[in-house]
Amino acid sequence: MDTSLAIQEPFDLIRLSLSERVFVKLRGDRELTGVLHAYDGHMNLILSDVEETIMIIDQHEGTTGEQHTIAKRKMDMLFVRGDGVILVSPPSR
Amino acid sequence: MDESPPPPQPSETSPPPPPPQASTGSPTDFLKGVVGKRVVVRLTSGVDYKGILSCLDGYMNIALEQTEEHVNGTVTNRYGDAFIRGNNVLYISAAEPV
Repeated sequence: MDTSLAIQEPFDLIRLSLSERVFVKLRGDRELTGVLHAYDGHMNLILSDVEETIMIIDQHEGTTGEQHTIAKRKMDMLFVRGDGVILVSPPSR
Repeated sequence: MDESPPPPQPSETSPPPPPPQASTGSPTDFLKGVVGKRVVVRLTSGVDYKGILSCLDGYMNIALEQTEEHVNGTVTNRYGDAFIRGNNVLYISAAEPV
């Protein structure tokens, strides 16, 4: 828990995650994991070695449940616009 | 010509309402009080994050520890640390006495 002492503001959590693999939850039921290279005050992010997971909900008429389809894709380098970011989680220490 | 009646006096013994008793203080005072405590953060999407509030800033960006993500009352994820971007926050609720 020594890292919690180093955190005075929320952005410290992100600063301590530079060059680490982070989990990012985005609007539109999308999630990313990738190595964090840079960020700014808008939470614009530069990630490398990224895997995007997209949850697609199919509505079938007549059936009770809704089907979740998961699509994945990989990208070498990605710029994420900050306003799409909901949550960023660093690797667990 | 003496048609100048005195204006009606609002003297119906209605003093201004007393401030709410006990925990008075500004929203900022509340937020200072819950840092380090267990909180529930609800996002506008309806998702709840329950964890220990590490800190927050003026945008209401939030750092949480030992976070559980709850959707429709079930735990859907756990994070050791989590940064929540402030624009998504609907409210922060104290989950233990302040």
